[in-house]
Amino acid sequence: MNQTKGKTIPMPVRYLINTVLIALLVFGSTAYVNGGGVSGYVTKVLMVIGINIILAVSLNVATGYLGQLPLGHAGFMAVGAYTGGIFLKAVNAAEASGAQYLLMVAAALLLSGLVAAVFGIVIGIPALRLRGDYLAIITLGFGEIIRVVLTNIDEVLGFKLTYGASGLKRIPKITSYGNVLVCVVLTCLVIHLVMKSRHGRAILAIRENEIAAESCGVRTTYYKVMAFTLSAFFAGVAGCLYAGYLGSLQPTTFGFMKSIEILVMVVLGGMGSMLGSILSAITLTALPEVLRAFEDYRMVAYSLVLVLVMIFKPTGLMGQYDFSMSRILERVWGFFDRSKRKEG
Amino acid sequence: MLKVEGINVYYGNIHAIKEISFEVKQGEIVTLIGANGAGKSTILNTISGLYHSKTGQIQFEGRPIGHLPPHKVLSLGLAQVPEGRRIFARMSVEENLEMGGYTRPGAELAASLEDVYHRFPRLAERRRQIAGTLSGGEQQMLAMGRALMAKPSLLMLDEPSMGLAPLLVEQIIEIIRELHAAGTTILLVEQNAQMALSVADRAYVLETGKIVMEGPAAALLEDDKVRQAYLGE
Repeated sequence: MNQTKGKTIPMPVRYLINTVLIALLVFGSTAYVNGGGVSGYVTKVLMVIGINIILAVSLNVATGYLGQLPLGHAGFMAVGAYTGGIFLKAVNAAEASGAQYLLMVAAALLLSGLVAAVFGIVIGIPALRLRGDYLAIITLGFGEIIRVVLTNIDEVLGFKLTYGASGLKRIPKITSYGNVLVCVVLTCLVIHLVMKSRHGRAILAIRENEIAAESCGVRTTYYKVMAFTLSAFFAGVAGCLYAGYLGSLQPTTFGFMKSIEILVMVVLGGMGSMLGSILSAITLTALPEVLRAFEDYRMVAYSLVLVLVMIFKPTGLMGQYDFSMSRILERVWGFFDRSKRKEG
Repeated sequence: MLKVEGINVYYGNIHAIKEISFEVKQGEIVTLIGANGAGKSTILNTISGLYHSKTGQIQFEGRPIGHLPPHKVLSLGLAQVPEGRRIFARMSVEENLEMGGYTRPGAELAASLEDVYHRFPRLAERRRQIAGTLSGGEQQMLAMGRALMAKPSLLMLDEPSMGLAPLLVEQIIEIIRELHAAGTTILLVEQNAQMALSVADRAYVLETGKIVMEGPAAALLEDDKVRQAYLGE
């Protein structure tokens, strides 16, 4: 990318370095956690952090990269959670084992994502004709509709599916630290790759200037719906992990405040920065756990933090900055090169 | 090359352009001049496919294009430099240009990029700079360069002189002449009638959505009515 700075790492090497590092992280930390390195409580917090990272990173696609303000992310999460929950119960994943079990889990995650994505398309096509406040309101309405429907309808064509207000119970607990981490890595990877491709460039162009993007030949409606759908897909995956983590689902979980909670993570981290979303998802999930004693004030603190960030750093903590391992390595090597030359 | 016949566009109840017909022939520079709100930009946007006219038709190289979406119109070789430049402010100069070639296969872009840098050396100097930090004139060059990346046979410029100092307007005129000499047909929309008429072959004068006058640019420049209404005499 940067020709003025001399040394750059060739693409295959970059991928190799990143793959090795990620594999080390996944296997190393999974072995550590499963080996009893941390308490059960900490493991649970880590799983919730992972789920929140997926939610924040996926919402960042619609908010940060596409530049829209959807407020119905919890709705997509709910769709994914119920899809995953019903599917896992139906195939009786609790009693499966080995390869069959893995297949069921993978299928549940994929199915949840896909169903949420279908909802994303259906909601996205009409909603994305609107902008700003109007889009926020219509997506907010959608999120509420999902919640109300889940609360009030417990039977579909004679099948007992969602169990209405009493909640969906006895879902096989498929979520483990390992599969959350794998999902986090895959989510970040897919979103990163999409955003680096020409499709990603088109999405960014729409955010920068929709009319100019259109005059450059970008099919704006198509890409807006695509980004929105991508965002919904991963919200659905996160929902499925959430269902498999809790083992039971209540429609009230997926209310308006859940969407706001995710939005706060994205805004705080910096709209358009994946690193920002990840860091603030970690912080905002871990903080309430650390500050258990002050839980009553959590929402007050949320609003306060948001107000302060908007005053002092309106672009979010990370702004648009994104992390690149290769960039850091290049800098380190550049530094060594220089000091070597000084010595010689 | 481009033939517009009897198009009408409405914004809600407002009849923005009324029965507009005009023509641009291969190798010409044609200008549409008129005051604010005369419907100049609406006409360009309709040709680009951003709006659609329910009546009449638009033909480009013999093909009707009135019903096509913007990306199809662009890929036929009809590019627009939008009004007010509308660059992608948070992208680098080079990324802006790459967006301009969005509809073309990636392998062809390197050559076009070199062409644009050759034509606008200032952009080459600033290829890594964030586009929003360029000066007004440089942004106009970037907007033009971006449109050229699509390799258009007909380039439509929407008020390229807007907000630029007289010296820079001169430069833009020079660039338009060069592009024309290199074989690009140009449709220029301007409020700055003096500038537009000095560079164009033929001109159409627009008033509140209607064409009220047309003719060779040189003749209009001498016309009393035009001089009174648009050239401040």
